Amino acid sequence: MKRLHRSTTFRITLRSLLVGLVLSLFSSISAQEPVRIAFIDPLSGTFASIGTSGLKQLQYAADELFNSKGGILGGRMIEIVPLDNKQSPTDTQIQFRRAVSEGLRIIFQGNSSAVANTLNSTISRHNRRNPGQEILQINYSAVDPILTNEQCSFWHFRFDAHAVMKLNVLTDYIAMNPEIKKIYIIGQDYSFGQVVSDTSIELLREKRPDIEIVGNEFHPIGQVKDFTPYVTKIVSSGADAVITGNFGADMVSLARSIIDSGLDIPIYTFYAAYDGITATLGADGVDKIYLVHNDAGNPLPSEERLAYTRNFKRLNPNNDMTQFRITNALQMLVQAMEASQSVDPYDIALALEDMRFTNMSGEELWMRGEDHQIIQPLHISVHTDQNIVVDADNSGFGLYRDFSVPGEETMVDHSCRMRRPRR
Amino acid sequence: MLEVFVFSTLNGLVTGLLLFMLASGLTLIFSMMGVLNFAHASFYMLGAYFAYSISLKLGFWTGLFVAPLLVGTFGALVERYALRRVHAHGHVAELVFTFGLAFLIEEAVQFFWGADTKNYQSPDLLNFPLFTLFGQEFSAYRGFMITISVGIFLALYYVLTRSRIGIIIQAAITHPHTVANLGHNVPLIFMAVFGVGTALAGVAGVIAGPVLTTFPGMAVVLGSIVFVIVVIGGLGSLGGAFVASLMIGLLQSYAIASNLGMPDLLNLLGLEFSRDHPLNDLWTLTLPQIAPVLPFLLLVLVLIFRPTGLAGKREE
Repeated sequence: MKRLHRSTTFRITLRSLLVGLVLSLFSSISAQEPVRIAFIDPLSGTFASIGTSGLKQLQYAADELFNSKGGILGGRMIEIVPLDNKQSPTDTQIQFRRAVSEGLRIIFQGNSSAVANTLNSTISRHNRRNPGQEILQINYSAVDPILTNEQCSFWHFRFDAHAVMKLNVLTDYIAMNPEIKKIYIIGQDYSFGQVVSDTSIELLREKRPDIEIVGNEFHPIGQVKDFTPYVTKIVSSGADAVITGNFGADMVSLARSIIDSGLDIPIYTFYAAYDGITATLGADGVDKIYLVHNDAGNPLPSEERLAYTRNFKRLNPNNDMTQFRITNALQMLVQAMEASQSVDPYDIALALEDMRFTNMSGEELWMRGEDHQIIQPLHISVHTDQNIVVDADNSGFGLYRDFSVPGEETMVDHSCRMRRPRR
Repeated sequence: MLEVFVFSTLNGLVTGLLLFMLASGLTLIFSMMGVLNFAHASFYMLGAYFAYSISLKLGFWTGLFVAPLLVGTFGALVERYALRRVHAHGHVAELVFTFGLAFLIEEAVQFFWGADTKNYQSPDLLNFPLFTLFGQEFSAYRGFMITISVGIFLALYYVLTRSRIGIIIQAAITHPHTVANLGHNVPLIFMAVFGVGTALAGVAGVIAGPVLTTFPGMAVVLGSIVFVIVVIGGLGSLGGAFVASLMIGLLQSYAIASNLGMPDLLNLLGLEFSRDHPLNDLWTLTLPQIAPVLPFLLLVLVLIFRPTGLAGKREE
């Protein structure tokens, strides 16, 4: 009696175990775990507009290119987890901890090189201390050269050209204009602003020794209410052109103040478009605002790209496809996952190194393995309302491509000596 | 050099007068209720956004009059239905309430208008240079800003010192119970002052929006500086706020215009440091670089040497 009882219990346990196993197998097929990606950028505060716009573009790229087509890695969806860092390095640390505790292994981040630098060193430290639990940093926008030079890391990949590469193209363009004799440099007082200033001075001295730098000004980031006092200095310096690395509200206010003062000189910028900037500059900025960037601008280079952008616009009528490199980054990331059949940052990093990729615009991209810096064509566009197919801020104004440089010519030397993890 | 000086003075005046419009309301509310309204700059932002939305449909000039009214009404409602209830729990509760309100308004603005910069333009009527001096234009709109600000200062000064309402308000600040016993509705006066104070902030937002750009961070950028002014001017003093506003506006403007810095000081002292000195950042610091933080330095100095502010009457 006792024996029989025991064998029935055994049988019941065995059966429930089997059922459980089958059930768990079944559920893992029907609803595979999503691939979760953290997005750490400002979603509130002074720089919220750039961050939220980036989030929408990443979400769109994930949904449009992968989730709506059955997901990646045989049916897994991409889930974007937004984490707001208010563009502050301190909040970034907090959100990084949160990402780690939630098991997120891939972090997209772009705004502010100060934040990217913090994240880079935090991730390096974390990865050293937690082998097997590494985190991957996908930097889609922070352009401080240090990230792929002195501070380069195996776990960091940059999908935008860094400041020196962009300035190289920009100073080439300036050097072609013989009318420019005096240049005023103004920028936000932090790493990127200083790189822009130092590098412009150095490159212009090489390319056009006759150009005089008549001003080199820094102002605290996001603190200036009114730029008119700065513009007064620019006017009295007699400058023929202005170079600035400002972004967000600092960019709009500066450009508006320059234009309001009646000064008719070109302003060479990195970020003077979209997120309300183009609309605010409007007719006053035509043929004055120049932008060096990695996007082809108008005319859009391919039908596919045009359809992709138009569809984004349909879904987000109040936003623009401002940072196409986010799409590039996600596509290359997914390609690396597919190639390595893994979502482990180490495997992904190996697959990303030296990856060559043709993007939707038909441009050739190369992720240089030595320093994890993307090499891609760069362009200089001008703010105008002529021949604009895809405008910015629904304003009728947009960016028209004026000058392009193929990827291989944008390359600059690097000083990265990467510490590669052993496995 | 003269051109820089003239324009710096004008720029400083524009900024200073704009700051005064915010500071006047803040200091009035403080002297009456004993509470620093942390959400004050948020009402300034609301003014700009309301005016932007109105200007899209009805033009700038309608916005100039309607937006401050809306902001003022909203402010009065906040006082009547929220702040007055919180008041029963003491000053700390009020402080925390206004602090929370500032965040709430910022989030609400982002929710309804979005996070990007708004294309809020100055009216075409004022889109011409008022005068051109040394090759630099001074826009008519800036002249208009100065006129409005000065007008408001004069009106406010007249009402507070020369009119019957002003006498009652001043009495209510120092002797609320006596004023109540004389048959005046003191809570109503409080509500009205809060409403007018926030409406002034609204006016500042309406006229600053097109020049200083309309974006969700505009309250934060200006908010801290307004507190600095109120403290430097002496809490509760309208005249002090006026002087402090102009002082800070001009101070910043002149600091930016100057080219002085640590290198000049070191030259004067005959010292020199190499570029790779560990404190190189300090030795190369210039005045324009730290201009926007100078007011805070001034705040610290005032708090150390004259804690009551320039014109403060605060009892020990």
